[in-house]
Amino acid sequence: MQQTNVLEYLERTAPRVPDKLAYANENMGLTFSEVYRDARAIGSFLSRRGHYREPVVVFMQKHPKMVVSFYGVIYSGCYYVPIDEEMPKHRIELIFQNLNPKAIICDDVTKEMVKEFHYQGEIYLYEEMTAEPADDEKLAEIRRNALDVDPIYIVFTSGSTGVPKGVVACHRSVIDYIDNLADVLEFDENSIFGNQTPLYFDACLKELYSTMKFGGTTYLIPKNLFMFPVKLVEFLNEYKINTVCWVVSALTMISAFKAFDKVKPQYLHTIAFGSEVFPIKQFNIWREALPDAKFVNLYGPTEGTGMCCYYKVDREFALDETIPIGQPFHNTEILLLDENNKPAKPGGPGEICIRGTSVTLGYYHNPEKTRESFVQNPLNDAYPEIIYRTGDLAKYNERGELCFLSRKDYQIKHMGHRIELGEIEVVVNMKDGIKSACCIFDDDKKKIVLYYVGEVSPADMVRYLKEKLPRYMIPNSMEVLETMPLTPNGKINRVLLKQNYMNKKEK
Amino acid sequence: MEALLNILKELHPEVDFETCDTLIDDKILDSFDIISIITSVNTEYDVAIPAEEIIPENFNSAEALYDLIERLQDED
Repeated sequence: MQQTNVLEYLERTAPRVPDKLAYANENMGLTFSEVYRDARAIGSFLSRRGHYREPVVVFMQKHPKMVVSFYGVIYSGCYYVPIDEEMPKHRIELIFQNLNPKAIICDDVTKEMVKEFHYQGEIYLYEEMTAEPADDEKLAEIRRNALDVDPIYIVFTSGSTGVPKGVVACHRSVIDYIDNLADVLEFDENSIFGNQTPLYFDACLKELYSTMKFGGTTYLIPKNLFMFPVKLVEFLNEYKINTVCWVVSALTMISAFKAFDKVKPQYLHTIAFGSEVFPIKQFNIWREALPDAKFVNLYGPTEGTGMCCYYKVDREFALDETIPIGQPFHNTEILLLDENNKPAKPGGPGEICIRGTSVTLGYYHNPEKTRESFVQNPLNDAYPEIIYRTGDLAKYNERGELCFLSRKDYQIKHMGHRIELGEIEVVVNMKDGIKSACCIFDDDKKKIVLYYVGEVSPADMVRYLKEKLPRYMIPNSMEVLETMPLTPNGKINRVLLKQNYMNKKEK
Repeated sequence: MEALLNILKELHPEVDFETCDTLIDDKILDSFDIISIITSVNTEYDVAIPAEEIIPENFNSAEALYDLIERLQDED
């Protein structure tokens, strides 16, 4: 029978390799039989308390047990919402307003933090949940009533109006993604993953679900190591990690500081990267260090469930070239649409629109934003068919490979994170004494630069922003202006601000 | 030392770099900051910090970082 539930991966793998390490960090690890047992215990615990088909927040420090909590929530017929423990309270409360959750799974540290929130629901601890036995009959009943279009997670992404948007994804999209990704990257039970991406984004699907499917192993690499390149490579070698799917900035950290002169990854044979453009100079250092490894560029928005396009690097690139995003995965189609909603001319630019099972269900409790980007396929007027408009512009090169060009709006990619500059501006404008604010992005140095008018010192501004925004959204430099430059229409003149910035930089 | 403090202040105007000695331990600096600091130090002091010196001990305080820069300058 065709697979309709992601947990079938676990149910096939756990009996096959029960004692193999599934998820681990530098201190501990869980085997597949432990993952299976604990996830079923958590699912039964939630079900016993009446939680069903609702969001369950997983608010834990990054840890193998956090992964098991995800699966436990799916067993209960609910969908998990991972939250970053370092996220400021203000942002978590915005997310809670959107979700109105009835249950949160915590660890010993985060349970103290939840007490600070406006939250009335239940707080469950991992240890108390896994102490209760699994209810096999109940779990079977939940499974009988589950559909492959039911949600399994919600992850939140930056919203230009200042409110994060919760992207809802279902079993069918994740199964489709993992099966096709694994085909391209050739994952198997010998794959040992070194996870870099946070567990509160869809980027971690690659390692978590592929490990579950094949019976591989995922090590969660301590975040701190991504500042210290030699230690990072030593970690890869210590745990014999052979596969990484990292954001580009994590990879260039190693190459730019010449860590390979000191130590080389001994086992690494598969390197997938994405979310940002890989500078060719840095990329060449990687290829030189690991000439036999497979390098794959991945592209895709959260709304398309993980990644939707790939390009296996098969040639040399000149320093001024960019690595293509290639072609869509099997069972996904990319439509390139021009401003008239017609297919872009051959070789001409168009907006990347995704068609297929990978398109997620939409934004949670947000019909307006959902309608803006999850739209009827304009090329089909015969029956309902939803496509996702990414807002990314691309074109085909002469080899027929898709190449990313730019954004249609003010969304940026910074250290692998997707950020709406508008969200930062909304928060700055909320502060007393601020008259006007504008953010620009230095694409070259990858810096977020904030300009504002008002009686607030930069130091106070940073302190304030740290309470409101995730770390990666805090501007990397800021300048107080006397007046904000305006366009003839009275809008902030972003182009002029950026020009002035670039001129200043050149001096 | 002053030039180094300016580099650090530009990144984190809210931090007192003259006294803070837990820049890494307390997660004040992140990987973006480390990259920016190494790049700016290279421009300002004309020293390249080698990979094996990019370790927590050398970045926990402005003073430790300054000692490293001086040591690297002497080696040249």
